[in-house]
Amino acid sequence: MKQEGNVRKSLDWVDDRTGLVSVAEHAMFHKVPRSAKWWYVFGSATLMFFMVQLVTGILLTTIYVPSAAEAYQSLIYIDQRIPMGWMIRALHGWSSNAMCVMMLIHMTQVFLHGTYKFPRELTWVAGVFLCLTTLGLAFTGQIMRWDANAYWGLGIGAAIVDRVPFAGNWLRSVVLGGPDISGATLSRFFALHVFILPGTLIGLIGVHLILVLKGGISEMPKVGQPIERETYREDYEKRVKKTGVPFFPDAARRDMVFCGAALIALIGIASWYGPIGPGPLPDPQSIEVAPRPDTLFLWLFAVLALLPPQTETFLILVGPPVAIALLAALPFLSPTGERAPSRRPLSVIILCIIVTALLVLTWLGIGSPWSPVMKAWTSIPTPVEYVRHRSPLELQGAIQLQYAQCRNCHSIGGEGGKRGPALDDVATRLSWDQLVRQIQQGGGNMPAYGKNLSSAETQALVAFLSTLDGGDLPATIPGAMEMQPGRDESPTVDPTAPLDEADASVASR
Amino acid sequence: MTKKTEETTATEETDPNPGSPCEGCDGANKGGRRGFLFAAGTTLLTVGGGLAAIPIVGVAIAPAEASDPNRWVSLGKPARFKPGQTVLVKFTNPWDSPTDGETNENVCYVRCIDPKTFQVFAVNCAHLGCPVEWFAQSRLFMCPCHGGVYYEDGSRASGPPPRGLFEYEWRIDGDSFEILGGRLPGLQETT
Repeated sequence: MKQEGNVRKSLDWVDDRTGLVSVAEHAMFHKVPRSAKWWYVFGSATLMFFMVQLVTGILLTTIYVPSAAEAYQSLIYIDQRIPMGWMIRALHGWSSNAMCVMMLIHMTQVFLHGTYKFPRELTWVAGVFLCLTTLGLAFTGQIMRWDANAYWGLGIGAAIVDRVPFAGNWLRSVVLGGPDISGATLSRFFALHVFILPGTLIGLIGVHLILVLKGGISEMPKVGQPIERETYREDYEKRVKKTGVPFFPDAARRDMVFCGAALIALIGIASWYGPIGPGPLPDPQSIEVAPRPDTLFLWLFAVLALLPPQTETFLILVGPPVAIALLAALPFLSPTGERAPSRRPLSVIILCIIVTALLVLTWLGIGSPWSPVMKAWTSIPTPVEYVRHRSPLELQGAIQLQYAQCRNCHSIGGEGGKRGPALDDVATRLSWDQLVRQIQQGGGNMPAYGKNLSSAETQALVAFLSTLDGGDLPATIPGAMEMQPGRDESPTVDPTAPLDEADASVASR
Repeated sequence: MTKKTEETTATEETDPNPGSPCEGCDGANKGGRRGFLFAAGTTLLTVGGGLAAIPIVGVAIAPAEASDPNRWVSLGKPARFKPGQTVLVKFTNPWDSPTDGETNENVCYVRCIDPKTFQVFAVNCAHLGCPVEWFAQSRLFMCPCHGGVYYEDGSRASGPPPRGLFEYEWRIDGDSFEILGGRLPGLQETT
C-alpha cells in the first residue's frame, strides 16, 4: 500500500513537471464503446508491426552500408556472419509486408463501417497519408536490397517520372541524384527510407492517435442510427459515458491477444522463410534478368502491362493523384448518413470491385503472362509426341520454332511463354497461307519475321506448325480431352525440292 | 523618453490589443519598440532561412542542375565490330563517384551495318526501362518485363513501347569508336 502511494507520488511529480502522465493516463483509460471488439484490432496490429520495423531497422542501420559499392556485400555479411543477423533482416522484411496487410485491412474496415464520417474526417485523411507513407517505405525498402530488382526497379521508376511533361528529365535527375542510377541514388533512397519517411510516419501516427482520442473510437455501425452533425457528438458522449469501458484493460485485451498472436506468427514466418533477398547483383552489365516488384506492388506491374499504350502516360501521371485525392476527399463527399454496410450498397460494391481488381491484378502479376519467357527457346524441350513420325522438313520446322525464339512467347505442350496463343492446335485455327502471312507480316502482338527468316526457314516452320492440330496434346493440357484424335491431312512439301520450287508451292496455296 | 512614458501609461490604462492572448501583449502589428523587434525578428529569420535554403536546396537538386553529363566514351577500335553483327558492349559511365560500385559500369548494343555505319542502342526498353535482350537468331530485341519487341534496327516491332530503342550518338575518332554516354536514356530524349 505504501509502495503504491510512493509510485503515485512519483508519477504526480513527473506529471507536475511534464504533464505526460496525465496524457498517458487519458490515452490508456479513456472510455471506449463496449461494441469495439475484434474488428478494431487491426490498427493496433499495424502499429505493433511498425514498432518491429523500427527496432529491427535501427539494428540494421548499425551494420548496413548505404554505399552502392558495399550495400550488397553488407547484406550478405548481415545474413551470414552476424549472429541472428539473418533473423533481424527476415523480421524487418516480413513485418513490412505484415504492416502493409494490417494497414489495408484496417482501412477496409474503416471504409466498410463508415467510420470516416463526421466527426472523424481528419482521422481518415491522416490515415490516407499514413498509408501512402507506409507504401513509400515498402518501395524504398526494396531499393535498400540493392540487387538487380532494385536497380531495374529504379529504372522503371525513372522511366515513369521521365514521362512528366516538360519537367520529366529534371525531376528524374532529382530522384536519381544524377543523370543515371548510381551511388547517389542509393544514398537518396537511404535517406528517404531511414530518415524522411519514418520521421513523417511517426509524426502522422501521433496526429492519427491524437485525432482518435479527440473524436473517440467509433461504435459498431447500427442500422437506423445515421450520423447527424447536430446530434452525433452529444449522443455519442452520452452513450459512451453510460455504457463505455476503459480502453485499458477492457478494450485493450483483444488488441493484446491479436498483436501477441500476430507477433508470434511473424516470428514463425520469418524463421521459416528467412530474409527477403537480396537477389542477383545490381550489375547493369547483367541484362539477363526479369525484374519483378515485391508482391505488394505486383498489381501495379500488371496495370502497367495491361494499360492501352495510347492512354498509358496520361493514366500513369493522372491516375494516382486522382485516386489519392478521391480517397482523401471521401469523408467530405459522404460526411453524414448511415454507417451500416447494409444501408450503403454502393460503398460495398465499390469496395468489392477494388479488392477484387487488386487481387486479380496481383494474381496476374504473379503469372505475368504478358512477359516473354526469355530462356524458353533453349531450356524447354519439344514434347516427344510433337516430333514423332514427322518429316525431315517438319522436324526442321520444330527446330526453327525453338531457334527463332517462338517458344519465348508461345507455349506447346503447356510450356513456354503465354504472351501469344498456345500453338498446340494452331493448325485448327490458321490455314497454311494464314500461318505464312502471320509469320511474315506479324500482327496483333507479334513482330513480323518477314526480314528475319528465309523462305526455307518459313517453309519449315509452317510445315511443322501445320502438324499441330491438337491431336498430340498430352492429357494434362487443358482442353486436350475434347480434341479429336484424328488428324487432318497436313500440307506436304518435298524437302528435296529446290528452294524456289518450295517458294512457288507456298505462293500457289 | 516622453513618448515611451506615454505608451507605457496607455498600456496600463487600456488593453491595447483586446484580441491578444495575454494582458499587455501588443501582438505583431503595433508600432514602437515591440513592433520593431517583431518585424526585425521576422525579417532576420526570413533572410537567414533564405540563406540557409540556398545550400540546402542546392545540394538537394545539385545533380539535376549539372551541365550536360554526356561525354564521349570509347568502346574500343571500330574493327572489333563485324558487319552484320549486333553485340553487347561494356563501358564505364563518364559520370561517376567513388561509391558507385557495379553501377559505374554500363552496357549498350552496337550494331555494325558496315565498317563505317553503326547504330548504338541503349539496353533500356523505351516502355519502362527494363533491360532488353538481343536474339541474334530471330534478329529481335525482347523485353522481359512487359513484352516489348524491337527489330534489329531498333524500331518498335510489337508490345507496349511507344517508340523504338533509344540510340546513342557515335563517332569514330582516329582509331577509337566512341559513343556519347552518361545520361540514362528516357522518353524525352530526341534520339
